[in-house]
Amino acid sequence: MDTFIGRYRNLIVLAAILFAQIIGLAVQVRRPTDEGDTRLIRIWAISAVTPLEKSVVHSQEWVQNLWTSYVYLHGVRRENRELHAEIARMKIEDARLNEDALMARRVQALLGFKEQYVDSTVAAQIIGTSGSDQSRALYIDKGSEDGIKTDMAVITPTGIVGKIVQVAPEWSQVLPINDQFSGVGAALKDSRLQGILKGTPNGATTLQYIMSDETVKPGEDVITSGGDRIFPKGLPIGKVVSVAPGKDLFLNIRVIPSARLDQLEEVLVVTKITEKMPDTKDLGPLRASDILAERLPGIPDKTSVDAAGNAKPETPGAPGTTAAANPATPGHPTISVMKPATGASTPAPSAGTTPHAGTTGAATTGVAKPKPAGTTATGSRPANAGHPVVPTPPNNRAETPSEAPQQHVKSAPESAPAAPVEPQSTPPAGGPPQ
Amino acid sequence: MSTRVMPFRGSVTSREQVSVYEFSWPAIILIPLIAVLMQIFIPVKVRFLPIISLPFLVTIFFATARRNPISGCLTGCFIGLLQDLFAGYNHPLGMYGISLTVVGFLASSLGVKIDVDNPGSRFLITFGFFGVEEAVYYGVAHGLLRQAVQWNWSHLAISALANAIIGIFVFRFLDRFKER
Repeated sequence: MDTFIGRYRNLIVLAAILFAQIIGLAVQVRRPTDEGDTRLIRIWAISAVTPLEKSVVHSQEWVQNLWTSYVYLHGVRRENRELHAEIARMKIEDARLNEDALMARRVQALLGFKEQYVDSTVAAQIIGTSGSDQSRALYIDKGSEDGIKTDMAVITPTGIVGKIVQVAPEWSQVLPINDQFSGVGAALKDSRLQGILKGTPNGATTLQYIMSDETVKPGEDVITSGGDRIFPKGLPIGKVVSVAPGKDLFLNIRVIPSARLDQLEEVLVVTKITEKMPDTKDLGPLRASDILAERLPGIPDKTSVDAAGNAKPETPGAPGTTAAANPATPGHPTISVMKPATGASTPAPSAGTTPHAGTTGAATTGVAKPKPAGTTATGSRPANAGHPVVPTPPNNRAETPSEAPQQHVKSAPESAPAAPVEPQSTPPAGGPPQ
Repeated sequence: MSTRVMPFRGSVTSREQVSVYEFSWPAIILIPLIAVLMQIFIPVKVRFLPIISLPFLVTIFFATARRNPISGCLTGCFIGLLQDLFAGYNHPLGMYGISLTVVGFLASSLGVKIDVDNPGSRFLITFGFFGVEEAVYYGVAHGLLRQAVQWNWSHLAISALANAIIGIFVFRFLDRFKER
């Protein structure tokens, strides 16, 4: 050993000096990336271990695949029969849902909604974590060479996972929704209340900025609201597990994510989302009143029916705008068009982009942070002031069912042509991931 | 303080032995510092001076005079980092350090084998090692740091020639600081 060191002493010293200077360079230099500058040494370090992690993960997957696909096939035949039966049942279900979807698209088209579709995704494997309790960050094996960019949504079939925060050519870093620096625009599926889903330092997720006078029940589904412009609207997030009074007039709602964030192996990165108007060319010139006449037996009392059987609004000159919801009819999609609340001079962005009461502030994802109560003009429903649209489930809204339709009918001719509107029914989910 | 005599190993010269010079500490510190400061401040007035790389010439001088690769490494590292310190806000420390470390090592290694005290060999060594320094710098900037640097053969040749010519006079001046 001594002979070796003595013989190559000069080269060893040269290598040591060069190595020290290269490390020094890597510490100083920041390489510009989409999300900002990243220290070169961090990129080098992760790039150095990424092939090892990839090989370990891929080897494990190969062995597991070999076992499950070629060796352990117990019960496959029985499972195949069951699946065929399931497919047959689902085809029937699919036909019924298609019918409902057609109707929903017609309604959306009439109301000028844009739908968000997940156009393309990239499958990726989790190859590493931050290894720290302070950060829940994950590393996936796809990077900019695969079309990954920052702020892309990361999902699984069961629910959303997080978003891309850092991209290298061959790997990316994911900020999961239970990270304390994460924020996702979220909504409660049934009550349509909107808030921000944030992570906590201990890895839990809470839905914040829901006013304490609202009614939220454990077990209610939480979906994306689309307000953060990252996740398409309507993707599942999780379920409410507990509701407690919080500070500053907001509820403390704990949510358990649908995706098993601690057991993730593969994820989908949403690389393309398109917003487009629903295609209604072949659906015929239906109007909202037509659909309501078809769906709601109570409405024709206020409308006249033409010879073809199509329901027409009673008030002329406001086609398709004055149809008021019948709040007592659950299970049917309803349409309400309402004049914006007092003081809401700024028109709202497209449907679902505004959090529950919010106009100011931004979380880490850019989700608008709601204003606290008292900042709104009306006072009676501070959380909704500023919303030109009031999709009003009767159980936890201030207006009574009998008042709401009157208000709608009264304001509709004046506001309907310009005011954005929002359906009360379940929103058109952002399309199934492909 | 003193001049040591060491045998040539694989010498290509006819001499049996070659002198190894040493320098006083003030010379070791002040000469590179002055060279770097001149390199920084004089081009404000003398536009063509950036072609001449005084820190590079000083590195070659110390490395060939001492004829010790480790000493050459450290000298090149010290002078290069000193040059990096003044090289601008966006210039990372170590780019010149790495290139002059390599040059110092190679020059002192070569100095063990050939006589580097006559003007002809000094001209050739300076001319050749200038290309080495530029190549290493380009490799660091372009390969490691992905910086947008350009390789210009004609500019390199002119600079190498100018440094080789100026180097002869600079080395003759610096010979005065050798201690025998």
